[in-house]
Amino acid sequence: MSIAKVGVSRLKRKNKIGITTGEKVYYFVVNLCLAVFFLLILGPLINIVASSFSDSDAVGKGKVLLWPVRPTLEGYAAVFSYKGIWRSYAMTTFYTVAGTLLNLAFTLSAAYPLARRNLPLKKPVVMLFMFTMLFAGGMIPGYILLKNLNMLNTVWCMILPGLISVYNLIVCRTFIQGIPTDIEEAAKIDGCSDIRYFFSIVLPLSKTVIAVLALYYAVGHWNDYFSAWLYLTDSKLYPLQLILRTILIQNSFDPESVTTEENILGNKSLQDLLKYALIIVSSAPILIAYPFAKKYFMKGVMVGSVKG
Amino acid sequence: MYLFLLLPVVWLLIFKYWPMYGAIIAFKNYRPADGIFGSEFVGLYNFQKFFKSVYFERTVVNTLALSLYSLVVGFPIPIIFALLLNSVRSKTWRGWIENVTYMPHFISTVVMVGIMMRVFDVYTGLVHNVLEIFGIRWTTDMFIGDKNFRNLYIWSGVWQGTGWGSIIYMAALSAVDPQLHEAAIVDGASRWKRVWNIDLPAIIPTITITLILRFGSIMSIGFDKVFLMQNDTNIAAAEVISTYVYKVGLKADSGMQFSYSTAINMFNSIINLIAISTVNAISNRINGSGMW
Repeated sequence: MSIAKVGVSRLKRKNKIGITTGEKVYYFVVNLCLAVFFLLILGPLINIVASSFSDSDAVGKGKVLLWPVRPTLEGYAAVFSYKGIWRSYAMTTFYTVAGTLLNLAFTLSAAYPLARRNLPLKKPVVMLFMFTMLFAGGMIPGYILLKNLNMLNTVWCMILPGLISVYNLIVCRTFIQGIPTDIEEAAKIDGCSDIRYFFSIVLPLSKTVIAVLALYYAVGHWNDYFSAWLYLTDSKLYPLQLILRTILIQNSFDPESVTTEENILGNKSLQDLLKYALIIVSSAPILIAYPFAKKYFMKGVMVGSVKG
Repeated sequence: MYLFLLLPVVWLLIFKYWPMYGAIIAFKNYRPADGIFGSEFVGLYNFQKFFKSVYFERTVVNTLALSLYSLVVGFPIPIIFALLLNSVRSKTWRGWIENVTYMPHFISTVVMVGIMMRVFDVYTGLVHNVLEIFGIRWTTDMFIGDKNFRNLYIWSGVWQGTGWGSIIYMAALSAVDPQLHEAAIVDGASRWKRVWNIDLPAIIPTITITLILRFGSIMSIGFDKVFLMQNDTNIAAAEVISTYVYKVGLKADSGMQFSYSTAINMFNSIINLIAISTVNAISNRINGSGMW
């Protein structure tokens, strides 16, 4: 046996000894802590799914734990027959799709020139954007602006005020700055214009960051309730989150929206069941997208954190 | 090139800078008929009015209480969580923990508060149902009264944000050179000692930056969640500056006091600006690099 081999085998033995004694306790404690935390997070989530598939009597009597009791689709039927939910679902889908497309168009078109190395006046424009992260006019001046633009109670007030998130702009700019300048020089020599360079080279190379931004913006629109609360009074334009608020938090049901034969208005158990099903229905798009989108979301955190 | 910038900059000027100009109504007695420029100038009257009102102390105390509480609880927990998760050896188990703990981050605030109201429901909530198995009657309505408001706000934040908040530390931990660990093993360092002497020092820079940012936003508690959790019984603990700005400004029954609301808003923004600038200057001195 050579000296090196002796060294390795001794190391291995030492390793094993370490694991069998104190380390074992360490790993046990770590896994125990994590398991408790894991269950504390998973428990409520599973309980909500289980409740949503249970029957209203079991929910009303407080019998559901982590598995549906007498499984039915009663709750989902109640959600489907509630008119206001579907209109607002459609509105939210519209705000999310249209809003995200405009967000991307504006963010990319601002990020591209600001990512250039030597653009005159770049610094002041960047400062102009960055300053808005530190100071804002506030709630009322924003409200007065939309009022003067006649945008209150239109779809525009849901889309325009948040058109560019400066944080996302910085993420996007950092990414575009990473595209090697050689490509640009080569393209320029071949007579490629700035506009063509943007569309045929920068955009295709930025697919990752576009996915990251699209997801961030889309989730923002889907979950947005603040702008609707401030700027909308016309219930036809209400997004899902406002309807969710009246039902889930204020516990009030609109008699005109109820079309089902069963009278949901007087039935507390059914109301509770509907709430569980509604939580699932309203979060479904995000939960379905989550497994596929997770890595992009995480990338967003990383790119953002590089810039502090 | 400038063509690309044209629309974004026009948007920026209209939607971000015009409201900053509009904020001068804080020094005026704004009436829609007179417009922003034409309204009567009243100097610091609106600010003085706020400083003298009982809501000044109440909203500032509530805002600070919530952010300090969340600093003490919500700041260290993701760090501890990341350190623990980083020493998990099974890839599958680790993947499960990540997938489940990151998920609540994407739940909307409305649904989040809705879930809290479901889980803590006195008759049908999960807490009630579980305790019933052990024969314990759950009778506390967490949403009634101001006693539980802060706990509920902070710990639901921990529930929702710990996993996501740990990502940034996990990234720093994954950058640790494995040779350091190997060397430490050869020297006989236990796993715990390696966490303490290798992993923790490796994420200290990240911790410093996030801590600094936290201090910069010490006076800004977002509107959404607090507002959704408010009710008549907990308002004494649940009125923070941002919700009060809304209340005096846009809530029909408190008089639509545009100028007064803007003054309170501006007071808060200026404090935030001072906080973040101070913190940035300190960071410049310590790390040699600030945020800008």
